[in-house]
Amino acid sequence: MAKAPARQTAAPKKVASTPAPATNRESPRDPAPYDATPEELEKFYREMLLIRRFEEKAGQLYGLGLIGGFCHLYIGQEAVAVGLQSALDGDKDSVITGYRDHGHMLAYGIDPKVIMAELTGRQAGISKGKGGSMHMFSVEHKFYGGHGIVGAQVSLGTGLAFAHKYRGDGGVAMAYFGDGASNQGQVYESFNMAELWKLPIIFVIENNQYAMGTSVNRSSAEDQLYRRGESFRIPGMQVDGMDVLEVRGAAEAALEWVRAGKGPVLMELKTYRYRGHSMSDPAKYRSREEVQAVRDKSDAIEHLKKLMLDAGIPEEKFKDIDKEIRAIVAESADFAESAPEPEPSELYTDVLVEQY
Amino acid sequence: MAIELKMPALSPTMEEGTLAKWLVKEGDAVKSGDILAEIETDKATMEFEAIDEGTIGQILVAEGTDNVKVGTVIATITGEGEETAAPAPAAAAPDPAPAQAEPVEAPAAEDAPATSAGQTAEKAEKPAATERASDPAIPEGTAMVKLTVREALRDAMAEEMRADDRIFVMGEEVAEYQGAYKVTQGLLDEFGSKRVVDTPITEYGFAGLGTGAAMGGLRPIIEFMTFNFAMQAIDHIINSAAKTNYMSGGQMRCPIVFRGPNGAAARVGAQHSQNYAPWYASVPGLIVIAPYDAADAKGLLKAAIRTEDPVVFLENELLYGRSFEVPEVDDFVLPIGKARIMRKGSDVTIVSYSIGVGLALEAADTLAGEGIDAEVIDLRTLRPLDTATVLASLKKTNRLVVVEEGWPTCSIASEIAMVAMEHGFDDLDAPVMRVCNEDVPLPYAHNLEKAALVDTPRVIAAVKAICNRA
Repeated sequence: MAKAPARQTAAPKKVASTPAPATNRESPRDPAPYDATPEELEKFYREMLLIRRFEEKAGQLYGLGLIGGFCHLYIGQEAVAVGLQSALDGDKDSVITGYRDHGHMLAYGIDPKVIMAELTGRQAGISKGKGGSMHMFSVEHKFYGGHGIVGAQVSLGTGLAFAHKYRGDGGVAMAYFGDGASNQGQVYESFNMAELWKLPIIFVIENNQYAMGTSVNRSSAEDQLYRRGESFRIPGMQVDGMDVLEVRGAAEAALEWVRAGKGPVLMELKTYRYRGHSMSDPAKYRSREEVQAVRDKSDAIEHLKKLMLDAGIPEEKFKDIDKEIRAIVAESADFAESAPEPEPSELYTDVLVEQY
Repeated sequence: MAIELKMPALSPTMEEGTLAKWLVKEGDAVKSGDILAEIETDKATMEFEAIDEGTIGQILVAEGTDNVKVGTVIATITGEGEETAAPAPAAAAPDPAPAQAEPVEAPAAEDAPATSAGQTAEKAEKPAATERASDPAIPEGTAMVKLTVREALRDAMAEEMRADDRIFVMGEEVAEYQGAYKVTQGLLDEFGSKRVVDTPITEYGFAGLGTGAAMGGLRPIIEFMTFNFAMQAIDHIINSAAKTNYMSGGQMRCPIVFRGPNGAAARVGAQHSQNYAPWYASVPGLIVIAPYDAADAKGLLKAAIRTEDPVVFLENELLYGRSFEVPEVDDFVLPIGKARIMRKGSDVTIVSYSIGVGLALEAADTLAGEGIDAEVIDLRTLRPLDTATVLASLKKTNRLVVVEEGWPTCSIASEIAMVAMEHGFDDLDAPVMRVCNEDVPLPYAHNLEKAALVDTPRVIAAVKAICNRA
């Protein structure tokens, strides 16, 4: 099975016999699991369940030929986007991610209908059907994509952070990328500038253990990815990405650091995707048992449900939520199937903004 | 025997400089490493060191002298025990030693074909030929000021930065060093380090950062020290900047300018000498501009900074130091996507852009003496291409030659030829000719480099070939 998602938070401070700047430097406080109200627990649960059911439906529509091309599902990783984005200030913070972007958009409260309609390539889609699964944006929600080139969003996100600092608007950029992207050179070019200029950015590595079919330990000389910022003096945190309260708690500690003007933080979220890299991936590089073991022991939604039951939320509540979410997803699928395709004339629009 | 100290070439493109200051006087003993003088090039003030030990014999060029050509003897040094040498002949510039003169020969030749190495005085400017067409965008009677392309580019950025505080300049050595080619000179002083940002050597990273900043609402000007280095960053220029507006259904814009020198410089070899115009011009979603003279450099860079679309702005190192007339008007902005008829003519159309325009004009002047009246068109913008201007000229002249300092295969020249084929076939009385560089990586050796690069005789030969005059 995959390495158990770690519960560890920050690296323990060592007392070194010789001066060791790496451990003596100030670092973000040790995070604590978030102390959520029952309402917040329910909100997290709803959002995570919406992502799960939405992605399951997207998988079905793909099977029916209604969604084409590459379609990367977020199933298994729901606690990451929900936990992190719930800590952001939607009015000023910005978010950017790679091609596995449906979950981040849903966690941002973007209408599932326009996301699903983009997946089916319809005019009503959020990119008018011209972007597809990997290229979706919502400037209104300060969600800057949706980028198909692995690692590009890290430099672009650093630019979003540069803009926040330049304007002095108090915003923080959050740039998500995977364990695979963490081996791209531009990630380190960005780390260097971000720390050099103390840019307000949280780099988030969603370590789902596999870069397509290559496991982290087959691709990474330093497989503790939260340490990848050390040579740039960027503090790292390793977080259990299967526990939404751990994620939210860690996000708060990271945000405190970044908002105080102390520069970037690198968060490694240990998580797991249950489906293949994309819909066309048979996932022969790992065993069925491995996947099943994570689902059984570490599933983020089941874990949260247990916490909520312990907190006294009755079982019937979950049935109601499930019904409600299924209805939202069914509606988005109906919409996405019945909405018209783009007008042929749309082929030529939006290439340039201005007329020359 | 006295050693002659010659005006040194202090950069690959330096042709002449100012002897700003002598730090020694006649009779001073000097040893290797002593600083003898300060020399101002078009890019920087450099210290000139002694290589040999001895005594300064004669100082032949007084401090404060401008336009001292590379290779001119500026002083003599006598070795130990030698007599102070007799004054060297007063000739200002003896034939410069080939090793020093050759690097600058090519650009000098383009600038002033009539000026031999021995003639020193005038900085070779193209005389304003009477038949030269003026830019229709400049009203008759506008006062003009002489500026180098470098100054025009700097002024364009400064003016736009004064008007819009979202604009910032970022790149290697743009701030404290004042620009690797001095294009950003003075911007740091005026706008501060928040808006004139020195980056580490990290092209992919800062191209991506700039693109992200544009997505986030700023107006970045990203300088590449040369476009050769932008190869490291081409992913962001194309995949991130050019495609975003389309992929987002028009929701997310990317108003950014990527600018810097493009094309062959002088004797810097294959990795530093390449014209990327056809690469970028093939990409929908980009605007690609490659100006020739200072007025276009200024007016089009201002337009590039203002537009909502991402722009690749291709400059040319050999043109930076050349002076041209620039209209002295407030806010001189030119339209993107419009070619310019540089010279009116009726027998043949020569289309070019960037440094090739100089060759085309020179060829046209020579051809005029032989009874061939050539029309010269500067494309200025390579995407979108002003095909209407080219086709209208072709309709008039029925003959077309494209001059491009770049490889012939899949070039802008190929594209223009195809435009003529598709939309001007009936107007063609002869095949369209491409006059481009040789189809090889650019060599270093002087003779091979010269052989590889497009030049005026080749333009003339091509024109004659299709005008049945060969």
